[in-house]
Amino acid sequence: MATNIPHYVRSQSTESLPPPVAERGVVGWLKRNLFSSIGNTILTLIALWLLWEIVPPILNWAFFSATFTGTDRASCDGAGACWPFVNARFGQFVYGFYPVSQRWRVDAAVVVLLLAMVPLFLPRFERKLAYALGLLVVYPIVAYVLFLGGKFGLSHVETSRWGGLFLTLVIAGVGITTSLPLGVVLALGRRSTMPAIRMVCVVFIELVRGVPLITVLFMASVMLPLFLPEGVNFDKLLRALVGFSLFSAAYMAEVVRGGLQAIPKGQYEAAAALGLGYWKSMGLIILPQALKIVIPGIVNTFIGLFKDTSLVLIIGLFDFLNTVQAGLSDPNWIGLAIEGYVFAAAVYWVFCFAMSRYSQHLERKLDTGHKR
Amino acid sequence: MALDRLNESVPQPALSAKEAPKAPVWADPFWRGLAAQVAVVLGLLVFIWYIVENTRENLARLHIASGFNFVNNTAGFDVGFALIPYSATSTYGDALLVGFLNTLLVAGLGIVFATVIGFVMGILRLSNNWLVAKLATVYVETLRNIPLLLQLLFWYTAVLSPLPRPANSLTLFDVIFLNNRGLTLPKPVLGEGAGIPILVALVLGIIAAWALGRWAKTRLERTGRPFPSVIVGACLVVGLPILAFLVQGAPLTFEYAEETRFALRGGVNVVPELVALLLGLSLYTAAFIAEIVRSGILAVSKGQWEASEALGLERGPTLRLVVIPQAMRVIIPPLTSQYLNLTKNSSLAVAIAYPDLVAIGGTVLNQTGQAIEIVLVWMVVYVTLSLTTSLLMNWYNARKALVER
Repeated sequence: MATNIPHYVRSQSTESLPPPVAERGVVGWLKRNLFSSIGNTILTLIALWLLWEIVPPILNWAFFSATFTGTDRASCDGAGACWPFVNARFGQFVYGFYPVSQRWRVDAAVVVLLLAMVPLFLPRFERKLAYALGLLVVYPIVAYVLFLGGKFGLSHVETSRWGGLFLTLVIAGVGITTSLPLGVVLALGRRSTMPAIRMVCVVFIELVRGVPLITVLFMASVMLPLFLPEGVNFDKLLRALVGFSLFSAAYMAEVVRGGLQAIPKGQYEAAAALGLGYWKSMGLIILPQALKIVIPGIVNTFIGLFKDTSLVLIIGLFDFLNTVQAGLSDPNWIGLAIEGYVFAAAVYWVFCFAMSRYSQHLERKLDTGHKR
Repeated sequence: MALDRLNESVPQPALSAKEAPKAPVWADPFWRGLAAQVAVVLGLLVFIWYIVENTRENLARLHIASGFNFVNNTAGFDVGFALIPYSATSTYGDALLVGFLNTLLVAGLGIVFATVIGFVMGILRLSNNWLVAKLATVYVETLRNIPLLLQLLFWYTAVLSPLPRPANSLTLFDVIFLNNRGLTLPKPVLGEGAGIPILVALVLGIIAAWALGRWAKTRLERTGRPFPSVIVGACLVVGLPILAFLVQGAPLTFEYAEETRFALRGGVNVVPELVALLLGLSLYTAAFIAEIVRSGILAVSKGQWEASEALGLERGPTLRLVVIPQAMRVIIPPLTSQYLNLTKNSSLAVAIAYPDLVAIGGTVLNQTGQAIEIVLVWMVVYVTLSLTTSLLMNWYNARKALVER
């Protein structure tokens, strides 16, 4: 009986229909992301209007009507940016007042550093930590001799002639390399069970973190000479470096302390159960884990330090920002403040943005899934 | 310096005093710790003594009398912007007070502006609207990665200085004027004697709102019936003074600035240094606050959103009752440190000649040579400001913190 009745059940599935035009492709994306509701549409229109008002004039100023070649102020027609200014003073922006004939020494130091750092990025290279520590000891000596001279037939260049981006990098480099070990020591001291040592560290950290960097720099430049016996005098740059390093160490200490506190108590107990003493349990068990956790925080502090190097302008050192600032008052290039500041901002931005991207990359790479 | 007290919580092996092997004194953690501490403290004392001795000799050689007597001497320099009466005949103490008040002013205003801009930007970064979210990201990533000092110099030198002279000010409806002498706003002038009733009404409104809040809370806990105490309370606080104001016949006039041939007359003038400093500080700090707000909202787990949706709450109440209270717990501690940073960063005012505490202190230091006293004043003021802000924010944080068993 069943065989005679024609059945209307489909035996093969049909091709499924494509989604409605409004839900896919470019149109769908636009609808989802820009015009999903009335409020959203208004926001989009406002944003588009803002973009229209801001972006074309900026592009026009910076590129389309800008002057790129020329020798002085007169070669700029005033319709757009006057980039020959940056071009003409580029050498000074980078090297400050370092003698032109000796600028190769700065370049050489950079090249040496980059070459020396290559093994750190080779995955095959085994003893990275030992190599990096060795580099940290050897490189500053090499750089010091190269920059200051007076030995090995290199002419002496006093620090008052150092300047520009070079000086900014020197200050940031010294600040970074001294603040990390000092910060670790301070953080360990703050977590110590010995009351006297803890007190000293807490007072130092909180006092330094409570005051602005400028006052620390002022203190280093005005009060340090008072603290020393008559006749003993430090170089101005060295005084600023001392202040800068102590300041950054206090901030670094708090970052490292965060990492130390994040290590479960079991790790401390396990280290003690293995019979390790304080230094061994810290160096072999606790610190490697703690520092790994806080790498993003450490890099963020580095970024902050790099930006803060610009403050040495206030105590009269010619860092990158101050060199640009000084260039603005050049009678040949008067009234080019915007060009100068935009160039300086772009340079600082590239450094800081690169560091923050690298820290995000490290965070992903080192994430071994201990997060809960 | 060995320190073997890490195992405090581990049960100590039950050895009686007789059985325990006696460690030699130099290997005993207690004595070693004590020796280390004594060494550090002694070293520190010697260091301090050395510094104090040197400083004393140096000061004697330079003929600088230490102490705070100089604050009563006439300062003899003028200050561009002061909240209290100040002239070149005022004392150094007055000058420092002017600087302190200017620092407070810029920090307070900066915190308000930075918080508002930061919260808006942080929420916009999470917007469903792709374009708006990207714009907010560009804002944050640009301003965060450029030194604040550079931004201040940019606003001051490159934006505000080239503005037209007062005679050709940029203006908004002839009410707000912007020129190279700063920003001029209308000055509110209250009728004579009208202030006191309004102030009384304000106090009454605050008390009434507080009482209402307590009553509403008790009723909510007893009967479960909510009362819109926040809205009504806000109406009380704002409404009563307005009522008092209206009852007196609205005795408020605005003194608008007038354009004369060479300058603007009347109104309240905000000096360009303050405008630049506020712009720079608020926009820079707002970029950091935006990131804090964004991560705080993202830290609230998705389950919370879904649970409140399952309870039938709409998006508004979900945000207000479920998500934001939890996000605030994550937001407050880093927000506090941003407020502290803003206060400390206001000292960059010295670079654009806004007379804050550091700028005026620097001038006094150069004139009198009282380096130690000035640095001491700086330290005390900033550390006190930092500690006060921390205390306030910690108190707020403790109220908002998760109460666990």
